[in-house]
Amino acid sequence: MSILGNRVLRREDVGFLTEGACYTDDLNEPALEGALFVTYVRSIMAHAKIVVDASEAAAMPGVAGVFTAADLDGPTILQGQVPMFPEPMLNRPILATDTVRFVGECIAVILSETPETGADAAEAVSVDYEPLPVVVDMEEAATDSVVIYDEVGTNIAVDFSALGMATGITDDSFFGDCEVVVSGRVAHQRTAPAPLEPRSTAATWEGDKAIMWMSNQAPHGVKGALEPLYAEQAKGGFQIIVPDVGGGFGGKIPPYPEDALLPWLSAKAGKPVRWFETRTENLLAMGPGRAHVHRFTIGGSKDGNITHYRLEVLADSGAYTRLGAFLPMFTLIMSSGVYDIPHIETGARSVVTNTTPTEAYRGAGRPEAALTIERAVDMFAGEIGMDPADIRRKNYLKAADFPVSTAVGTEYDSGDYEKSLELALDAAGYSDLRDEQTRRRDNGEVVQLGIGIATYVEITAGPAPGGAEYGKVEITPQGKARVYSGSLSHGQSHQTTFAMIAADQLGMDIEDIELVQGDTDQVSEGVGTFGSRSTQLGGSSIHRAAGQVVESAKQIAADLLEANVDDIVLDQANGTFHVSGTPSVNKTWAEIAEEADDLSSESNEQTKCSYPFGTHIAVVEIDTETGGVTLDRMITCDDAGTIINPMIVEGQRHGGIAQGVAQALTEEVSYDADGNPQSANFADYGIISMAELPSFELVPMETPTPNNPLGCKGIGESGAIGATPAVANAVVDGLSHFGVTNIDLPVSSLRVWEAIQEQKN
Amino acid sequence: MTINGTEVSSDVEPRTLLVHFIREQASLKGTNIGCDSSSCGACTIHLNGESVKSCTVLAAQADGQEVTTIEGLADGETLHPMQEAFRECHALQCGYCTPGMVMAAISLLDEVPNPTELEVREGLEGNLCRCTGYHNIVKAVLQASGSQS
Repeated sequence: MSILGNRVLRREDVGFLTEGACYTDDLNEPALEGALFVTYVRSIMAHAKIVVDASEAAAMPGVAGVFTAADLDGPTILQGQVPMFPEPMLNRPILATDTVRFVGECIAVILSETPETGADAAEAVSVDYEPLPVVVDMEEAATDSVVIYDEVGTNIAVDFSALGMATGITDDSFFGDCEVVVSGRVAHQRTAPAPLEPRSTAATWEGDKAIMWMSNQAPHGVKGALEPLYAEQAKGGFQIIVPDVGGGFGGKIPPYPEDALLPWLSAKAGKPVRWFETRTENLLAMGPGRAHVHRFTIGGSKDGNITHYRLEVLADSGAYTRLGAFLPMFTLIMSSGVYDIPHIETGARSVVTNTTPTEAYRGAGRPEAALTIERAVDMFAGEIGMDPADIRRKNYLKAADFPVSTAVGTEYDSGDYEKSLELALDAAGYSDLRDEQTRRRDNGEVVQLGIGIATYVEITAGPAPGGAEYGKVEITPQGKARVYSGSLSHGQSHQTTFAMIAADQLGMDIEDIELVQGDTDQVSEGVGTFGSRSTQLGGSSIHRAAGQVVESAKQIAADLLEANVDDIVLDQANGTFHVSGTPSVNKTWAEIAEEADDLSSESNEQTKCSYPFGTHIAVVEIDTETGGVTLDRMITCDDAGTIINPMIVEGQRHGGIAQGVAQALTEEVSYDADGNPQSANFADYGIISMAELPSFELVPMETPTPNNPLGCKGIGESGAIGATPAVANAVVDGLSHFGVTNIDLPVSSLRVWEAIQEQKN
Repeated sequence: MTINGTEVSSDVEPRTLLVHFIREQASLKGTNIGCDSSSCGACTIHLNGESVKSCTVLAAQADGQEVTTIEGLADGETLHPMQEAFRECHALQCGYCTPGMVMAAISLLDEVPNPTELEVREGLEGNLCRCTGYHNIVKAVLQASGSQS
């Protein structure tokens, strides 16, 4: 019987629980012996001309060097990953030259014998700031009232319509046939990925080979970005090693300027160097996510048939154009959500502001699409007095029609949205909840009930049409397997899931499978872990490679057993090869490996992306006197295709749900009008705790995708995509009898109270 | 001070935090640093048997006292019941919050041996986890409380 589909406990856990994992700052590598510590001096102003004087800091005891942009004779610019933006916005200085454009931007760097000395020296670096006009709000930035890059002449970094990536927005005649038209604005506040492990990087040189250790999600991508910066020096190669990683959530996909400079610093000092940021630095300078404002219009018939939808996206790139500026692309292609809407028009622009540059955060463009369409559908239902479950039933894409293309040209692979709704409604006891809601309303109770439904679909292993991830399986002389993957874990449990996938093909115990990940020397190619891609791309490659190794082994077994290869079978239960019908005469993996110089195979096949979906139902209690919102229940039916390990998949769902709820209720990266961060530590940033959450009620559902051999879709981000609109809809639902139709996130007590007062007055 | 039963002695700057002492002087890297505002609890250890955030204690304050970290919990190959419950319930993913969370959870059960779910959630509110949504952590603590009672 296959190991797949079983709740196999994690191989990672015993070490993690007894000694702790080994993160970058924990490394005790001989190559890092005697390392100097790196401290960055950061801008305290959002937009200013600067003059730096580092002489006092440089003279301090224990300081090995202080460098400003003027001192850099190596890399000076770190480009964004997507080169579709004007160069001044794309070319981020590693250390600011004469202008800073957000609070937290690196101005100078200190090398010191201890971290404490580095912190002291950073205080001693004198920076004269000559303030420049600041623009923080993305809607204001779009008016160009303050232009950040004079040489570009506008804050608009990209207009997706002009590139043909959006349909473009026409006029009101688009909705001419509609009986009911509803418009709204949905703000997707900026949120912090906030992995518990902050960024951490170390670097050294072995001759003319650069070696970096870092807490990162995509080491091959980092190598691709940084190696060219050191083309002259690093003739002997460029190696990125990623040890255990304490979470990423998108923020650790790219290399940052702080990383890019370390090999230069190491070369300059002739010593290894280490950098471990503080949480405040993490919240100031690691890329946050979301940061969209959407305007939508939705139209249809009085009986609830939605026929037209318009989505206008404004995305906040922050001060430089990184991945965040590109992510509206995902929002656009997923704009139709789970609905059969024949007429959709879209537009999207990304603008620069004097804020931290945005990157991917769990969901990366798809949560934004889901929140807006799910709010729009609820507002449409509210307008015509239809139950939110009924309007969804009426407008879903139908299971029988898959694969199906939406009006924006996205082809969904497989799904049954209505079934996910019915399963979730059953689990929630929907009609009882509505009865209780009615009872409380009729009694005029202070604490009201809100029930929110959201059905989402998202794209994983995107962008379309799909992607590839390197996988290799080799049999060791001992008859065990070593599996190499370009995808790596920062909590996703690759040691367990990938071993299960290989074990299933090879007929081995998972303990006989060693996983090699997170090292660009040991794993020859790779992409990384993001976009819910690991199992479907990395896992599929391992599955294919292991299957190919079995075929090679059968040929060797046939020779050894003097039989026809077509008659050789692998006994899955004990991992031996024999002629069909005579299991007693067999060859083990070790015996076969002995006959082969190299018993291995690799796969890097392009695999189509997939479209996980599900329905989330949130039940909230709202204190109408204080505005306080309590999430009572969270019921989710998430379908990510075939499940390899239900325990791990449930864990991914839980984590995503919590972050989705946090977006709705507690978390926001905020600035004042001058661009001063208001949420630069965990005391100020409303990072969600366990006291603000209930246990989650998970409903299983599995609709395999035809797009990869495992049938699995991505699950890493689903929770974060479904939960936010479910909770947002629940809060508005709980206030709907006051006349409230929309509320901005995160839903604070103040916002709820004000919304109620506004309707009362 | 004594850390996990072993005497550790070192001259340090007065401003040295206990968490830095544990990580650098005692070379025990299981205790992690996740914030700079005493908010996250990743550095939670036991000081004389009670949980403290070791970023909020000076090393000098722990002079002569007994410290237990995640490395001091298991008895050889045998996991502490809380470690075992975390493993069985999939209460950890990236593992960064885990040592602190386990230490805080043990301390909670010392004070409240048979907590309700709400008591667990309120009792461990000061320990942040970004991966698990806390669901399986709560489950593990409740499971461990059952095995201890």
